Amino acid sequence: MSEHDQERERDAHSGTATTGHEWDGIKELDTPLPRWWLWVFYASIAWSVVYMIFMPAWPALPGLAGETDHTRGLRDHSERANVAQAIEELHASRASGFAALEGASIDQIENDPQLLGFVRAAGEAAFGDNCATCHGSGAQGAIGYPNLNDDVWLWGGTYEDIRTTLRYGIRSEHPDTRFSQMPSFGRDELLTGSEIADVADYVLSMSGRAGDVSAEALARGQETYDIQCASCHMPDGTGDRMQGAPNLVDQDWLYGSSREQVINIIHRGPYGVMPAWEGRLNEATIDALAAYVYLLGGGEEAEGAANGPTGR
Amino acid sequence: MSDKNTRAMAAPGIRKSKAEAVNAADTRELYKKREPIYPKLAHGKFRTVKWVVMAVTLGIYYLVPFLRWDRGADAPDQAVLVDFAGRRFYFFFIEIWPQEVYYITGLLILAALALFLATALFGRVWCGYACPQTVWTDLFIWVERAFEGDRNARIKLDRSPMSFDKAWRKIGKHTVWLVIALATGGAWILYFHDAYDVIGNFFTGQAEPSSYLFAGILTFTTYTLAGTMREQVCTYMCPWPRIQAAMTDRDALNVTYRVDRGEPRGPHKKNESWDGRGDCIDCKQCVAVCPMGIDIRDGAQLECIQCALCIDACDDIMKKVDRPTGLITYETDDNVDRFQRGEKAVYKFIRPRTVVYGVAFAIVAAIMLAALLNRSELELNSQRDRNPNFVILSDGSVRNGYNLKVVNKANEPRTLTLSIEGDPQIETRLLGAADDAPMQLRVDADRTQDFVIYLTLPASAIDGARETFNFRVTDTRTGETATTPSMIVTGAE
Repeated sequence: MSEHDQERERDAHSGTATTGHEWDGIKELDTPLPRWWLWVFYASIAWSVVYMIFMPAWPALPGLAGETDHTRGLRDHSERANVAQAIEELHASRASGFAALEGASIDQIENDPQLLGFVRAAGEAAFGDNCATCHGSGAQGAIGYPNLNDDVWLWGGTYEDIRTTLRYGIRSEHPDTRFSQMPSFGRDELLTGSEIADVADYVLSMSGRAGDVSAEALARGQETYDIQCASCHMPDGTGDRMQGAPNLVDQDWLYGSSREQVINIIHRGPYGVMPAWEGRLNEATIDALAAYVYLLGGGEEAEGAANGPTGR
Repeated sequence: MSDKNTRAMAAPGIRKSKAEAVNAADTRELYKKREPIYPKLAHGKFRTVKWVVMAVTLGIYYLVPFLRWDRGADAPDQAVLVDFAGRRFYFFFIEIWPQEVYYITGLLILAALALFLATALFGRVWCGYACPQTVWTDLFIWVERAFEGDRNARIKLDRSPMSFDKAWRKIGKHTVWLVIALATGGAWILYFHDAYDVIGNFFTGQAEPSSYLFAGILTFTTYTLAGTMREQVCTYMCPWPRIQAAMTDRDALNVTYRVDRGEPRGPHKKNESWDGRGDCIDCKQCVAVCPMGIDIRDGAQLECIQCALCIDACDDIMKKVDRPTGLITYETDDNVDRFQRGEKAVYKFIRPRTVVYGVAFAIVAAIMLAALLNRSELELNSQRDRNPNFVILSDGSVRNGYNLKVVNKANEPRTLTLSIEGDPQIETRLLGAADDAPMQLRVDADRTQDFVIYLTLPASAIDGARETFNFRVTDTRTGETATTPSMIVTGAE
């Protein structure tokens, strides 16, 4: 439009030329783009060329750009490779902690502050992913799901016992699983309703929690107990860990300790299942979980004695 | 052209400068490209004060990172260090943890109050002497003067076509500017890393990316703000000139042109009488030396940063024409009015405004000092487990779990004894405690450490839904102690 340049009108106020066209009397000023903006624009074009040379940029037909479906650029940049490398570095950084855990006794773990912190962190993470669905986020359990914080253990609470339980599960499909089965006295009609009620009262009385019960009811209950229950739960009610039979004399019961709850469990017979984790989690994680559970406060020393050093 | 010589002389031996104020009312436009300013070198006491302030402030800025302070083997030995990686701020013998950042807040408040007080008393002394923009621009103009000469030579150089002479002068000036800018950007990062290490790493490409980034940013800003933009920063960008106007009043000292003495102005011929005329001979030296390019005789204005160079220039001229100095001087607005009425000056340094600022400063300073002196080096916090809230054990006793955080701000590890101040029947189990010292904690130097403890209340001792007590740690060596309250939740009614 150079031949129009001299003819193009200039706006009196700003000195800018118009575009030279007119639409129904309306004219438009041909204000130039700001110089700084224009140079930034050119710079961004130049940058984009540089970027496309060095970084992944263009989708490519499969086979045309080697194994990938896009150009790789001179830097051969790959975010997937970066992520894989980052994960490997993460595993490597944790390897020393897990190596220290392997073969360590629970006392060694507890007395090494760094290992202790590592194990509790690793255990807590694995616990949240694998165990919390049944045992609760704080391991407090529920009716039928053991509370792992307390010192009541059906199958043993030493570090080794906990590891065994984790590996093989309880009533799971693992060939070495821990297994026991309490008969369903009510459902399978092994006992009548009133017999079950009497046994329940007697059992509650063993831990001092029987309500208002007559002496005859207690005697009947004891008779039934000695025949049906004592073989597993022992005549004095202290239970048998080899058979997974709970202690009935303590204050903390898995299926509840109200009269209704006790009658219910005798009626239907419990059959709680815990999965076997061997093969699903690696040994290091199982060790960390066992230590974590042990250190929730209820773990037992190998001799079966007190809960570790206590003080004032 | 016949009266060219008389017009060009303001007084015998004193040429009239061709400087015009860049913000003169008659040439003001809505938008104007920057008119270049070529400040002439002034000589006098205020110029000397500015050189001294520049040397001291730049010296502090560039040299302080190299000072050392021994804090022991593991801690950094730099006297002033903002250690982001280690999350500490070190200032000689003071060490601040991130949660104590309010000390910095207090310092900033004190700085602000001091600035308000100084301004209320002496006007824009910050702008004229101490502001980094002023100091670095002054430095850059000094470099420019070194390469290109004083005012008239610089104007002539800029008007001349490109030549080898002009090229080397300009290139030399910009090179030195870049070097100063790089040193400025570089000095900044020295406050955040060990100075000696960073300098070595910086030039071998081994410093952290953030170091290069910030050094680059500050190099760019120093070069641009001090080299290219100069007075435009003060006039257009900085909020301080606007706030200063609110800070000063008619009793604050400002760089002032004594209209009572100077008007009417005009050239003075030899042996002419000074009666009936002002002392101002309109030599425009005040405009020529002004780094903002303004004319102080127009009165107090936004652009005037009160650097007092015009005072030096005018005093010089006044001495040459045998008149008393102080035609431009630090004076208050009210006093100029008084002079015009023939009264004497009255200085009200103590007035409600300054008293309020001074008292506020004293109060904040006292609070900060008290906080600093009472800073404890041992702290204890406890977090009771809420998931589970409590655990009932096989014998009916109730157990709660706690996370204890011991904060050791000393530079040495501590051995602490933990005790429970409450029901004597509470049994404790501290995870990780040695068998022979079941309630002993070992904490490393200068860090926070976590401990897990279980407290068990026997069934017979349960009395109500919760029982309160205190945790207490005591340093076995120094006796320092810290305590925190907590409780056992029993789950009982």
